[in-house]
Amino acid sequence: MRMPLSWLAEVTDLPPGARGADVAAGLVSVGLEEEDLHGGDLTGPLVVGRVLDFTLEPQKNGKTIRWCTVDVGQNGQMLTEGKHQEIVCGAHNFEVGDLVVVVLPGAVLPGNFAIAARKTYGHVSNGMICAEDEIGLGHDHEGIIVLERLLGAEKAAMLQAGDDAIALLGLAEETVETNVTPDRGYCFSVRGLAREYWHSQGSPAGGYRDPADVATPQANDSGHPIRLDDDAPLDGNVGCDRFVARVVRGIDPTRPSPSWMQKRLTQMGMRPISLAVDVTNYVMLAVGQPLHAYDLAKLDGPIVVRRARSGEALTTLDDVERTLSPEDLLITDSGERPLAIAGVMGGASSEVDDSTTDVLVEAAHFDPTTVARSSRRHRLVTEASKRFERGVDPRVTAAAAQLAVDLLVEHGGGTADPGVTDVDHTTERTAYLLDVTEPSRIVGVDYPRERVLAILRDLGCTVDEAGEGTDDTHVLVTPPSWRPDLVDAPDYAEEVARIDGYNNIPSITPTPSEGRGLTHGQKARRIVADALAGAGYTEVLSYPFVAAELADQLGLAPDDDRREAVRVANPLSEERPLLRTMVLSSLVDVLRRNLARGHKDVAISEIGLVFRPGGPLAKAPIPSVDSRPDDATLEQLYAAVPDQPRRAAAIASGQIEQAGWWGPGRAADWSDMVAAVQSVAGALAVPVVVTNDPGHAPWHPGRCARISLADGTLVGHAGELHPKVLAALDLPPRTVATEFDVDVLTAASEEPVQASEFSSFPPALTDVALLVRSEVAAGDVETALRRGAGESLESIALFDVYEGERVEAGHRSLAYRLTFRALDRTLTTDEVNAFRDAAVAAAAEATGAVQR
Amino acid sequence: MSRNAGASEAPQPPTDESSERTPMSGPNTNYDPVEVAALDPAQIDAAVEQALAAAAAAGSLEELKAVRTAHQGEKSALALANREIAALPPSAKAEAGKRVGQARGRVAQAFAARQGELEVERDERILVEERVDVTVPALRRRPGARHPIELTAQRLVDAFVGMGWEVAEGPELESEWLNFDALNLGPDHPARQMQDTFFLDPVDSGLVLRTQTSPVQIRTMLDQEPPIYVVAPGKVFRTDDLDATHTPVFHQIECLAIDKGLTMAHLRGALDAFVRIMFGEETRTRVRANYFPFTEPSMETDFLCFACHGAETWGTAEQCRTCGGSGWIELGGSGMVNRKVLRTCGIDPDIYSGFAFGLGIERALMLRHGVQGMHDMVEGDLRFSQQFGMGA
Repeated sequence: MRMPLSWLAEVTDLPPGARGADVAAGLVSVGLEEEDLHGGDLTGPLVVGRVLDFTLEPQKNGKTIRWCTVDVGQNGQMLTEGKHQEIVCGAHNFEVGDLVVVVLPGAVLPGNFAIAARKTYGHVSNGMICAEDEIGLGHDHEGIIVLERLLGAEKAAMLQAGDDAIALLGLAEETVETNVTPDRGYCFSVRGLAREYWHSQGSPAGGYRDPADVATPQANDSGHPIRLDDDAPLDGNVGCDRFVARVVRGIDPTRPSPSWMQKRLTQMGMRPISLAVDVTNYVMLAVGQPLHAYDLAKLDGPIVVRRARSGEALTTLDDVERTLSPEDLLITDSGERPLAIAGVMGGASSEVDDSTTDVLVEAAHFDPTTVARSSRRHRLVTEASKRFERGVDPRVTAAAAQLAVDLLVEHGGGTADPGVTDVDHTTERTAYLLDVTEPSRIVGVDYPRERVLAILRDLGCTVDEAGEGTDDTHVLVTPPSWRPDLVDAPDYAEEVARIDGYNNIPSITPTPSEGRGLTHGQKARRIVADALAGAGYTEVLSYPFVAAELADQLGLAPDDDRREAVRVANPLSEERPLLRTMVLSSLVDVLRRNLARGHKDVAISEIGLVFRPGGPLAKAPIPSVDSRPDDATLEQLYAAVPDQPRRAAAIASGQIEQAGWWGPGRAADWSDMVAAVQSVAGALAVPVVVTNDPGHAPWHPGRCARISLADGTLVGHAGELHPKVLAALDLPPRTVATEFDVDVLTAASEEPVQASEFSSFPPALTDVALLVRSEVAAGDVETALRRGAGESLESIALFDVYEGERVEAGHRSLAYRLTFRALDRTLTTDEVNAFRDAAVAAAAEATGAVQR
Repeated sequence: MSRNAGASEAPQPPTDESSERTPMSGPNTNYDPVEVAALDPAQIDAAVEQALAAAAAAGSLEELKAVRTAHQGEKSALALANREIAALPPSAKAEAGKRVGQARGRVAQAFAARQGELEVERDERILVEERVDVTVPALRRRPGARHPIELTAQRLVDAFVGMGWEVAEGPELESEWLNFDALNLGPDHPARQMQDTFFLDPVDSGLVLRTQTSPVQIRTMLDQEPPIYVVAPGKVFRTDDLDATHTPVFHQIECLAIDKGLTMAHLRGALDAFVRIMFGEETRTRVRANYFPFTEPSMETDFLCFACHGAETWGTAEQCRTCGGSGWIELGGSGMVNRKVLRTCGIDPDIYSGFAFGLGIERALMLRHGVQGMHDMVEGDLRFSQQFGMGA
């Protein structure tokens, strides 16, 4: 919402010499964020120019500039050289004959940008043809300003080359632009913003002059008939609870709106259109009440406000035919022909045009929800809908209509009808019994009772200190009609704090009494992340959005539950509509990106949630927010949220150990991935078991390890990715990866580690070489050896694997070193040999191993 | 490079020469009076002088070892003399024994001293010879690194945990009711339209990708009795395309406190602690009113720019690039938890009050570490995370 300083000064007192920045700072101090400052920081000459001709000149840089001759009246080169202004212009959105805004040498544009004649593109450019943003009029930089388009043809027709554009566009004075939060709909008006500025100045008595404070005539029966006929209120609220209709006849349709009004509209960022439209916009900006002007001649009967019927359509002012919904509230002619979507936009059929002489002014109060839904449904955010959605003062209706009538009479030469319609179903706000100590309790600042009451009165509240329920600490407060947001104590507390000054709030560090620190799961997750980084993986964070084809590319079987993915209804990219069911699914993108950037050796990891709906999404309930939902509903709510396990993945390609002066590097292989999981499990002190898994996509069937807990619970998989998967995903051959479940490891590490006793006697070492069939898993041999070796076995290490000429075909030799140690004595050679023989016997029985 | 392969040549310990020493000679069994001349004092002195000269002349341990046999060995003049003593009459034994003993002692000492000198020389030479260039690359395996978003979240979490807060978490795919309705963002609330939400198929599932970490606060309030002091870091989602300042997936951290007697002063205290952790002990805040549906009263916080320390440089040549010249940086929204929200969560607003605040971790990272844009944080280029190591 913008506000020129001159308009502000009409409503409240501005300290002498106050600048835009001062006003903005004042508004910030009461919680209205500064958005921008326009105008004021510009000195001329800035004049109206008419383009006389131009030649197109292509440049080496690919641009084509226009070398223009512009009539700027008795200014610039006309005075010094007796010829029209010569200017280089890069924009192409104008024609010969157009009126434009020209800044001449000697001027200073916003941002302290001094204009001088300068050589550019082989010419001396004597100034510049301006775009909106260059002169602080707006943010548009699509092309230069063409005044016929900015001001309308009629207004432009009255301009002459050389006219001062600073005055014309209201650039001499500053306009403050603030960001209005959804609770402060009243600040979408000069009336409301000025009031806030007045508060920022300490609300001096008599310092605020309400622009809506005008006399309004009594309603009577002779006005245009209005019927409020809402048979389907939303949430029990009728769509329209007040409708004022006024008629002005005999307006001269050729009369434009006065130049001061046009200037203000331009300053406010709106385009002057015609007297009737400009007046409705101007009054809306002044007091916050959206108005609509109908051409009375285009109405047949009474205006009926009702909900739309299904199948009904309306062509709105923007020339779009809109199919209406039964929730849309309509303004209709006699209940039949739709004239407007209430509070959003009028229809083309009853629009005022250049032959309109009799105007019906509508000032109505519409239900915020109804307008919000219509605005959203039709994707139509208008000045009116913005205000109604946030709440319009239901008591300003008649005054707004009166202001519009007065302006139409004064500037259009019309006559106001004596008939005044005001259908008013609004109710008075009820008083709230406020505990005046409550603001202090909420804010933490000691506000005396009188301070609280004075602030509330300044805000426009009615404070009753004697009514029912009042006492030393309680008063009855009725908020002003423009503040629907003031409901209970916290609302009033915020107002007191805001007006008293937020920076008066002290800073007290809260001191919780009992913190239990991080949970085991939170600590475990950090350990996993640190262990992966310690193992050489660089942590990345990828987007969880994946393509539908990915499941095929990963070679997932048709019945693989990782195919069951949640689909985003409005994905950013139609190519990636699914949420990942594996972290690896999105990590492969990051690998590819790194490879594309020239990194040959990449080892990355990610920990994150995956989405496992396990079927179509359940429907989550939307319970009432009036109280805590019952336990059954909450359970249903939680249960409807799909399973989202936390998983970790790592992927590596290229060399994991680099080549150097020490010799060649080593390519990452399947074992690095198994080792990564083992490192992580080791960091969490969780024993894991590794087995061959020949059937788990997307891994190579001969190079995939299944990693599980001792009890068999799956932790994850690790190994080399399937060559077909690598080809499908365009990844380098031999890329290796792992994905494992962090939650499983977390749960497994929950119980405190129980330390086992260890021996201080000397160890006895013995080596054994076993011949096994090639397909026998070393892991199974080791398990059998451990079982057979008994309790004295301290450790076992596979130190050699041999397959070749020296062993039988189809077999391989596994050489183990067994270390024995007893808790209570030094073992004898005989004992150790017996343990070894028992271990070998167990391996022979379990795997067919033969000692070599 | 082969010169540096010296790593495999472990320094040799100084050789212990003691085993090489000549054993004591036995008693003289074949007395030969002709040889008694060996005990002549002049001859003994001459033998000592020769031995000392030989020891001094030895230029290496090998040379020393070679000459040592001649002067200390079994066939050396002094060994011979020693053997002669046994054959002397008892009256002469004492004097001769003393003379020869002293002579042998001097020689032994000289050799030992020379041995010591040469060992020191050799050790020094070995250390020089074994020198390698330690500036050649040593890392054979590139170290991994943590993502700075995670590290920043940890840093903030740790500071709050240190003050007695706990960490709360929740799912990323969340119920619409927890993400919006329970936070006083009803279906028609204007603020709900500001959120660019990812909806799921089917759209009436009542589920969304959470647009904020606030549903974690709701879950905490629904499931726990006050007092509650929790910090909730996490990933959130909005339908923004990736550009320098936006990313559809980003991270927030929110703090929620519910207790008896909490005021906006406590909120301010927690906010102050927060910015001090992030931007240094000197950091100050200023606050102003704002609007958020979840809180009432609501507050917006700015903190003093840590780069220019609040110098107003706007429009000057030295305009601060961190704060844009205003001297202050916007932190984020906060406020006292709306009573409606407390009631929805089954907490009696007449007994308990609370506050909540939050901010985007990406923004904190951009500010604190001078990260220029969102791209680096989301693209996963190895070089980005590696700058931060294991702790930012």
